[in-house]
Amino acid sequence: MTTTTIVAVPTGARRGATAAARPASVGSALLLLPALLLLLVLFVGPLVLMAFESFRDGIGTYGTIFTSVSNRRVFANTLETAVATTLVCLLLGYPYAYALLRTGRRLRTVLTACVLMPFWVSVLTRTFAWVGLLQDTGVINSFLLARGWIAEPLAMIRTPWGVLIGMVQVLLPYMVISLMNSMSTIDDQLLRAAYSLGANPWQRFRKVFLPLSASGIWAGCTLVFVLSLGFYITPSMLGAPSNMMVAELLVQETQKIGTVRASAIGLILLAGMLLCLAFFRGLRGLPALVRERRS
Amino acid sequence: MSTATLPHATWRARLRRPRLQLRHLLLGAFVGLVVLYLILPTLFIIPMSLNSSPSLGTLKDGWTLRWYLTLAQDPVWRKTASISLQVGLASTALATVVGTAFTLGLVRLSPRIRAFLQGLSLAPLAIPPVILGIGLYILFLNLDLYRTMASFILAHAVLALPFVVVSVSASLSEFDPNQERAALVIGATPLQTFRRVVLPQIAPGIIAGALFGFVSSWDEVVVSTFLVSPGMKTLPVEMWTQSRTTLTPVLAALSTVLMVISTMLLLVISRLQSRGKDQ
Repeated sequence: MTTTTIVAVPTGARRGATAAARPASVGSALLLLPALLLLLVLFVGPLVLMAFESFRDGIGTYGTIFTSVSNRRVFANTLETAVATTLVCLLLGYPYAYALLRTGRRLRTVLTACVLMPFWVSVLTRTFAWVGLLQDTGVINSFLLARGWIAEPLAMIRTPWGVLIGMVQVLLPYMVISLMNSMSTIDDQLLRAAYSLGANPWQRFRKVFLPLSASGIWAGCTLVFVLSLGFYITPSMLGAPSNMMVAELLVQETQKIGTVRASAIGLILLAGMLLCLAFFRGLRGLPALVRERRS
Repeated sequence: MSTATLPHATWRARLRRPRLQLRHLLLGAFVGLVVLYLILPTLFIIPMSLNSSPSLGTLKDGWTLRWYLTLAQDPVWRKTASISLQVGLASTALATVVGTAFTLGLVRLSPRIRAFLQGLSLAPLAIPPVILGIGLYILFLNLDLYRTMASFILAHAVLALPFVVVSVSASLSEFDPNQERAALVIGATPLQTFRRVVLPQIAPGIIAGALFGFVSSWDEVVVSTFLVSPGMKTLPVEMWTQSRTTLTPVLAALSTVLMVISTMLLLVISRLQSRGKDQ
């Protein structure tokens, strides 16, 4: 649900730009005001307050967070989980998006619906379903046990694997939609040209299709990576307490201790996300930079 | 034509064909597995809610509607559902009015400012809900709004705003601004122009945005967990809280009901959006 709309924005904005030059009036400022007030008070305001709150006991709060071994493990675990989730999403999503765009119209509608359907169902419901499937007495384990294929339940829930299985399912649609967006702009003529020049399927894919879809890979990976950094529901239900992620730490701090350290953790998470975004955006320009250097 | 005279290229194509099919078969099988992975787990919640075993995800001991009955009789669900409904309707109304006005104002700005403001209005969706949650918690503590319904309504309104802005922008981009100019030229007041020319055409976008906003509020858990107090809890937060101790089939039954409601609302949205495109 979220992505369809997010992806729809650029087109809408661009089309809006061409249809510009509407009659301007003084009243248009009044139209903007209520929403701006809402955003200022309920979005910008809370973030600023959170930043102030984090410094209430001085800068030392940040020091204690970074020196705490258990907190450092939470940060490391969050990064590892995000990287793993992103890679698995790419591995599953790339062939899926490719097949979706290469197939007939009817099948394409079905495959698109399968990607969008998860957005219709709340993360809570999907996580409950995964608990029912993965837990020791759950569907998968009781099936395997009944068949005698395993002697004791496989440990899936409360492991990093359980978290990965759940998070990939929730985030895969974001990857597929980003990839679809960039793959759909690839000109078929280029592949046909490669074919007529004698490139085999693998060469056509590696030398033509893959480089042309690179922007979608970047966009999808960035989106999935940044979103998984802030995940809360899925890891806290499917993961073990020893594999906690930053969002869970933040909630736990707020509930048990108070808002100062929690605010600092929130600010670190936010800064981390923004840094990642800037980093990925920078890396995206790198190939062009290298080419410039070489020529 | 004898095989000997077949051109080289045709031969190569013939030789390649079986390998090509295998490639497609493998891709098809892979895609099939991904589809199962995306869809099946969620649908599994339905048999889970119908099985008589009291432990979620254990499918034996026969089938029952008992969990749905428990659900209907438990006053906790009725109370939290009523709070969720009130919060959803009020926040959706607020976000829809404010967001529609905002989007109408946006198109009159220069592209640069418009892009900035549109980005700002979408940002609440991009921030991890735990961060916004703690910020709003501190804000409402300071404003003395903590433990009130107003805090939920305001928080959900800012989260629903992006859906309204995106949906209304999309339908506004299909709208021809010349019609607006024409109406003004022939003497309609700006209000008349809006009510009789613009509004009817962007109405599907507004309704779709409102429905999206409502669904997002109805499903919202994370930000709400920061705002709850014993007497003030939304339905998903109550589900979340209960699931922390024991995950029962009652929660699966409730999930099924919610899934059916969201699916129906989203079918309405897609109907609205396809109608908007036809015009």
